[in-house]
Amino acid sequence: MAEVKRVQRPLSPHLQIYRPQLTSLTSILTRITGNAMFVTVILIVWWLLAAASGEGYFRVANGVLTSWFGDLVLTLSALGMWYHLLAGLRHLYFDSGRGLDIPTAEKLGIGCLVGSLVLTILTVILL
Amino acid sequence: MRYLTDRKRAAGLGSSKSGTEHFWHMQISSVALLFLVPAFIFTFGSALGRRYEDVLDYYSHPFPAVVAALTLIVGLIHFKNGAQVMIEDYAHGITRKALIIAATCFSYCSIAIGLFALVKLAL
Repeated sequence: MAEVKRVQRPLSPHLQIYRPQLTSLTSILTRITGNAMFVTVILIVWWLLAAASGEGYFRVANGVLTSWFGDLVLTLSALGMWYHLLAGLRHLYFDSGRGLDIPTAEKLGIGCLVGSLVLTILTVILL
Repeated sequence: MRYLTDRKRAAGLGSSKSGTEHFWHMQISSVALLFLVPAFIFTFGSALGRRYEDVLDYYSHPFPAVVAALTLIVGLIHFKNGAQVMIEDYAHGITRKALIIAATCFSYCSIAIGLFALVKLAL
């Protein structure tokens, strides 16, 4: 009785063992897009501060943000932001205890991916 | 005999250290941001690329200025809490603490600088 039995318990496999799935991919993308926003925040706050500081400094910041590189970063930011927003919406739905079965979760994941692309194209067209 | 209830003795011992407040505050800020972020994308996007005088004029209007201020405040608090969860997942010990402090400093500094700029632009 006192003897402790060493049982070979099944271990959860490491992340790299798993085949990438739509559900895991869309989940990690939510985290990446959310945390990557710190780059966008730096650019936007810098631009606002430059605009508040005077015309000379504004030209510098505005030049960077409206250059091809600025356009690229801000368009990717919009894509990331829209994705994060849609994925957040999906998480609020998940948190209510709904949509957690695999077919629904995958459909919602595709919805986030496609939706963010559509919204980004719409943003680029409108602005 | 200890006068602590079982619940009280267990509180704070889990891996998350505290209760569900963090999660609940993420939900509150996320719902707010559902409205703020689209409003910010279209107001800021419309201001960007304008001439200096037009930008000053645009941000002296209440709607774009208030949307920008709210988005920075709520968005960066949401960022701080989200970044904290990511750091807690991947970093440990002193690195974890240092990164959480850095993320917190970054968030509040960005809020302060952004609000300073917006006030100066608006006035």
